[in-house]
Amino acid sequence: MLSAIFVVLLLAIGIYCILATYNLLRVLIGIEILIKAVTLLIIAAGRQNGNMALAQAMVVSIIVMEVVIMTIAVGVVLGIHLHSNSLDSRNIRKLKG
Amino acid sequence: MFLDLIILILLVLTALWTVMTRSLLRASLGLALASAILTLIMFNMGASLAAVLELSVCAGLIPVLFISVISLTQPLTFKEALEHMHSRMARFWVLPLIVIILGVILVLISVKFKAPLPAAQTPDSARFVLWHLRQFDLLGQIIILFGGVFGVVVLFKERKKSA
Repeated sequence: MLSAIFVVLLLAIGIYCILATYNLLRVLIGIEILIKAVTLLIIAAGRQNGNMALAQAMVVSIIVMEVVIMTIAVGVVLGIHLHSNSLDSRNIRKLKG
Repeated sequence: MFLDLIILILLVLTALWTVMTRSLLRASLGLALASAILTLIMFNMGASLAAVLELSVCAGLIPVLFISVISLTQPLTFKEALEHMHSRMARFWVLPLIVIILGVILVLISVKFKAPLPAAQTPDSARFVLWHLRQFDLLGQIIILFGGVFGVVVLFKERKKSA
């Protein structure tokens, strides 16, 4: 119960970070905070159910996915900066094939 | 219990500082600090294997990625960042309140129903679970890793000059 409240707070902070900015790197930081909230939720749920081994296995999977997603996203952000010389998401509203 | 509470409050404060700070570099360092505090929470809850991975990967590798990108790009000047922060706070001050109220309502509803999921009987060792019971997860992880490598190669490959 105690952890659930802090998970909600972390989710609120992450969503605020994503919605309140146009900077692509800050959006990624917001996604990172959301992933941390989910990690905390899974570990707290594992402790609550007495099933920490399964929770740890799931957290390991989450960490692997997090790293890959962040690596690709950072590469995309860098490509956007090279293309438009800006990290502002308002400058990339035109799709280019 | 008291220690748990203090560490959880520290985690939320660090995340808040990460989001509200003007400098992107400080935000990256705040993210690393939040990961380190989450590691403490995991150790405290008995998830040592996941805690080690969180510390080495999330507190080590990902901030390095962010700092590399920041060094390769041109962040806002101090004045621009200050103006942006003020306009952001003026526009979105109500948003965290809405999300927190919704979250509290969700937590209260879940407490009211009291319908916990039955816990599956699994062994105590995380390694056993990962290698013997969740092989499909491992397959997914391997595919994602290869996908990531392929994505990086595609993103950073040298483009052929058109003739």
